[in-house]
Amino acid sequence: MVKPDTNKKSASGDAKDPGRRDFIVVATYAMAGLGAAAVAWPLIDQLNPAADTLALANIEVDISKIAVGQSITVKWRGKPVFIRHRTADEIARANATDVADLRDPQVDIARAEKPEYLVLVGVCTHLGCVPLGQKTGEVKGDYDGWFCPCHGSHYDTSGRIRKGPAPTNLEVPPYDFLSDTVIRIG
Amino acid sequence: MSANQFKSPVIRWIDHRLPVFSMLHHTAHDYPTPKNLNYMWNFGSLAGLSLAIMIVTGIVLAMSYTAHVDYAFSSVERIMRDVNHGWMIRYIHMNTASFFFIVVYLHMFRGLYYGSYKAPRELLWILGVVIFLLMMATAFMGYVLPWGQMSFWGATVITNLFSAIPYVGESIVTLLWGGFSVDNATLNRFFSLHYLMPFIIAGVVVLHIVALHRFGSNNPIGIDTRGPQDTISFHPYYTIKDVFGIAVFLLLLAVVVFFFPNAMGHPDNYIPANAMQTPAHIVPEWYFLPFYAILRAVPDKLGGVLLMFGAIAVLFILPWLDKSPVRSARFRPLFRIFFWVFFANAIALGYLGGKPAEGIYVILSRVATAWYFIHFLIILPVLGMFETTKPLPKSIAEPVLGGFSSTPEQAYAAPRRS
Ligand code: HEM
Ligand code: FES
Repeated sequence: MVKPDTNKKSASGDAKDPGRRDFIVVATYAMAGLGAAAVAWPLIDQLNPAADTLALANIEVDISKIAVGQSITVKWRGKPVFIRHRTADEIARANATDVADLRDPQVDIARAEKPEYLVLVGVCTHLGCVPLGQKTGEVKGDYDGWFCPCHGSHYDTSGRIRKGPAPTNLEVPPYDFLSDTVIRIG
Repeated sequence: MSANQFKSPVIRWIDHRLPVFSMLHHTAHDYPTPKNLNYMWNFGSLAGLSLAIMIVTGIVLAMSYTAHVDYAFSSVERIMRDVNHGWMIRYIHMNTASFFFIVVYLHMFRGLYYGSYKAPRELLWILGVVIFLLMMATAFMGYVLPWGQMSFWGATVITNLFSAIPYVGESIVTLLWGGFSVDNATLNRFFSLHYLMPFIIAGVVVLHIVALHRFGSNNPIGIDTRGPQDTISFHPYYTIKDVFGIAVFLLLLAVVVFFFPNAMGHPDNYIPANAMQTPAHIVPEWYFLPFYAILRAVPDKLGGVLLMFGAIAVLFILPWLDKSPVRSARFRPLFRIFFWVFFANAIALGYLGGKPAEGIYVILSRVATAWYFIHFLIILPVLGMFETTKPLPKSIAEPVLGGFSSTPEQAYAAPRRS
């Protein structure tokens, strides 16, 4: 059985020469910590999207029906995606803008794979409202793109932030053209 | 320990106003514990750990589970296939339920063997039986949730037990179901209660611990502690021993979860519930089998139900059935034999509960059922009156230290502060 330990050094240890007991105690706590972390991870990761949710994570959209100057809104991952068939004038204005003046500098060609079609996540980068400007007759803001009514963010014809509190441009989702008329988002 | 013994000033500040740290310290650190506890005293902390695992994994399962007859089964399958690590979380929940019962059964047999239910620990024991009942209700309702064939028919059979009650039985069953059969309303209320009851269990566990700390743990020789020479502080001596037990427990649990996750379950529960067809051989989860055997042993509906509940009811009055002043079976030669006969009989009941209710199995079930009650209602009271017990040691320290025990200074003092 345990006797009171007279060897002070090994019982309490010191900084330079930790006693064996200190080593065991530290090692025990370290192993317990590792174990706890290993258990915590699956319990946290289960909150992430499940496999079936991820399987629905991309959609295919037929864009042949969108007339020039019109937009459609589709739902992707629970969020609205704006697809706009831009007019030549809108494309020209987007290109004419001096990038240096922008809050989030980006040239238009970097935001649209084919200039005629602009694809955007329709979520204001300020606090998540859906900007207006999709339907004819809606306010499009000072730059003729989109206007977020929540706190007044103005986006231009390339979906770039021009005025108001939003920090960045409307996000361009990953997409590619499967054919001339079908795009896959996601 | 007084509050100002904590090193951290923040802890001291808080503890002075809200003495939670002193309380914890008092419960899990200073708490003087008999120095002779053996490994049978590990199962209390293991039961607590099991409850914690059940609550954590259960809350996580509930995030992806749908309590509706049309979706319950597929939501559980979705947990198994699609939810990240869902298969593991569900297998942990399922198998920890079984381990929980193993641990609690061992904990209870420990109490039976060492006489831990005797004065002054009667209420402690009774609170334990309450926990056991609540656990059984929780596990029963949990088993209904995946809405497989066993879920459905288990729910049907068990709720129908109440129809045995004269006059009001049928109305009670309708009330339990919320309809004319086990259906969506039943599933919803079972989910609600299955979520609630573990927290009630946790509350009763707190009372159980309060009652425990009133007189401290019993010990293998069953005599009272007589002073500091008989005890050691809970921390680090028993914390480290409990941690060792926990490591072994988790290792075994991991083996089952990862290699034999369905060994303790029934394959029929992977068939979606079908109200039109009963499986050929319906059995409850293994931990209910002894009681199920008692139910089936009686050829009368009401009698079977009464006897089954009676099997638990006798546990409540056990402290007054066994009047022997000696606690531990170590000093009761006859009781010790009967204890092991009772233990074997309980295992036999479990075995018989899993067999079809026909032929020799019925006869054996009746014998074993009779013995279960004879043990409690006849053997224990009679032994209390006539058994010659062996002489008890004078103190816990004495068998180890011989004569020295009378002088506390000389008893080997395990370092009380190091
Ligand atoms: C005393 C503690 C508990 C016990 C004994 C227990 C027991 C069980 C059992 C035996 C099952 C069926 C396992 C299966 O075959 O799938 C189950 C399922 C379930 N339990 Fe618990 N449980 C407990 C605590 C909890 C808690 C705290 C929650 C949280 C709300 C919970 C939520 C669930 C859910 C959602 C299911 C259905 C999913 C599944 O079948 O795996 N449980 N429980
Ligand atoms: S959310 Fe659009 S401006 Fe605030």
